Amino acid sequence: MSVNWSIAAEGQGGSPGTADARLNEVHNPSSPVVHFPASEPLRLDCEQDLAPFSVAYQTYGTLNAGKSNAILVCHALTGDQHVANKHPVTGKDGWWETLIGPGKPIDTNRFFVICPNILGGCMGSTGPASLNPRTGKPYGLDFPVITIRDMVRAQVRLVDHLGIRELFSIIGGSMGGMLVLEWAAEYKDRVYTAVPIATAATHSAQNIAFHEVGRQAVMADPDWCEGKYIERGKRPARGLAVARMAAHITYLSEKALQDKFGRGLQDRQARSFSFDADFKIESYLRYQGSTFVDRFDANSYLYITRAMDYFDLEAEHGGKLANAFHGTRTQFCIVSFTSDWLYPTRDNKQIVKALNAVAANVSFVEIESDNGHDAFLLDEPEFFDTMRGFYNAAALKRGLGPAREQA
Amino acid sequence: MQKDLPPAPSNGSSGTARADHLLIAEMVEPGSRVIDVGCGDGALLQLLAARKAVDGRGIEIAPDRVKACVAHGLSVIMGDADRDLVDYPDQAFDYAILSLTIQATHEPRTVLDNLLRIGRQAIVSFPNFGHWRVRAQLLLTGRMPMTEALPEPWYATPDAHHCTIKDFVGLVRLVDAEVAEAVAFSSKGQRLPIKTSLSLQNLFGEKAVFRLARRKRRVQ
Repeated sequence: MSVNWSIAAEGQGGSPGTADARLNEVHNPSSPVVHFPASEPLRLDCEQDLAPFSVAYQTYGTLNAGKSNAILVCHALTGDQHVANKHPVTGKDGWWETLIGPGKPIDTNRFFVICPNILGGCMGSTGPASLNPRTGKPYGLDFPVITIRDMVRAQVRLVDHLGIRELFSIIGGSMGGMLVLEWAAEYKDRVYTAVPIATAATHSAQNIAFHEVGRQAVMADPDWCEGKYIERGKRPARGLAVARMAAHITYLSEKALQDKFGRGLQDRQARSFSFDADFKIESYLRYQGSTFVDRFDANSYLYITRAMDYFDLEAEHGGKLANAFHGTRTQFCIVSFTSDWLYPTRDNKQIVKALNAVAANVSFVEIESDNGHDAFLLDEPEFFDTMRGFYNAAALKRGLGPAREQA
Repeated sequence: MQKDLPPAPSNGSSGTARADHLLIAEMVEPGSRVIDVGCGDGALLQLLAARKAVDGRGIEIAPDRVKACVAHGLSVIMGDADRDLVDYPDQAFDYAILSLTIQATHEPRTVLDNLLRIGRQAIVSFPNFGHWRVRAQLLLTGRMPMTEALPEPWYATPDAHHCTIKDFVGLVRLVDAEVAEAVAFSSKGQRLPIKTSLSLQNLFGEKAVFRLARRKRRVQ
């Protein structure tokens, strides 16, 4: 596919070596990895055991002597553990470097930040691109269908391995927020504060619908090879790119699209009367699709979207969301964004309502933004201020000192 | 009486607490569960936490103020009295507080009803439209009154439902509640003598704080 791109000049095009670099990250990630041996299987919701399995993760800052300053960061659908460092495949800045780092709202001079690649991912944690020990080939569709709760179980193993009993905080947006909710529901005594952002306790029909479109696009690509594309030396790049293009629209607001692109033409004065990317928005989406396939595994995309579709914390707790949080002592801070129509304020307030029903400590802020669902990843000063204030106050309550002076 | 209270907590905002906040703080039992509806920057919640060790929650409509509350370690949700009280379960709190806000709600009756549902008791303060200066201004100038307690012109005020102390007592009856305590006071926090009749409170109180509870059903 020829890509016509000039809007986001900071983006790097799909260089030929990146596919190899990406596959290398599956087997030999540039992050630390914990390998859990076959003798320590992970029991999954589908009633299968996954063994052995690995969790790749990044850390920032220093764990204090009392192990009381750890913050677990949960990434979204297509994120990974490289939250605050240059990405080993794309060379781009970490996806939340605006929020996390020395002197940032989540100050790594004060807190110890852990960000694992989720189970089912493709950056070093076990997923469908990993080798199936029974066959010596990539799992492909032999990988079991996993859930958000399974991802959390794998993270719990990592946190245990790091010797941390209670997390000072757990934070994440979108799917990351689902993991936060699952942690807060299942491991109440291990979560001091929880910050679910732009998320939902149950995945809506509309969101399942968008995911299904994405999965069908991947599976319609002949190079998908019924999931066996790695061993066949192929790559369902067109299908995955289309999936990403469709999904990307859901991350933006109508206003943001109109303001940024309008009906602007791409590198031309007039319509071409062809199916080229005449419009800037077409070019933009094609670019988003093409760069995505360089860093993401198509089967991972299928499995992770499925896990999100299956997420229904309300159903997990007898049809009453409040039951999920009964007896919680965790302090919650929930954030939504006005123009987010994928995980709208309404969905976030359902969580607030459930927490209020069990008299939990919960704060909620809706941030005014035109950036749609993507807002949680972008420069949103009001959001950063809220996070800074929340973490300062919570750290004081928890008896954590001020930020260490850096030498 | 408020002179006997310990000094106001150093909460970073102001050294002195608001007069109606001090009156409300006197009405609250120590260690109780409290929700402050329209909690602003959290001054009352901080006062109640410092002096009465309450377990406090807040609702506030302005995002900036919610942010300030969160930075003070308070649990406050962005919302408003008209829409968000319905989401709380019955009797979730010992006190549901609405200070100087009821006159700005769309449906004061529903709001008061909800306060009495989610709290075992409700504490409500409001500017008294029956104050003699308000009456005099309306009578003598023929224009909407502007006083210390009602500082904004009619076209700029968020207040949609002004009431007098007598009007409020009427609403209390209408929602099947009873007055446990009522204090009328001046804008400077000077309270009227306890024994003053309702008519005189209505004439001389610039603001009022009421502590309310649902009327107990009589056993037949």
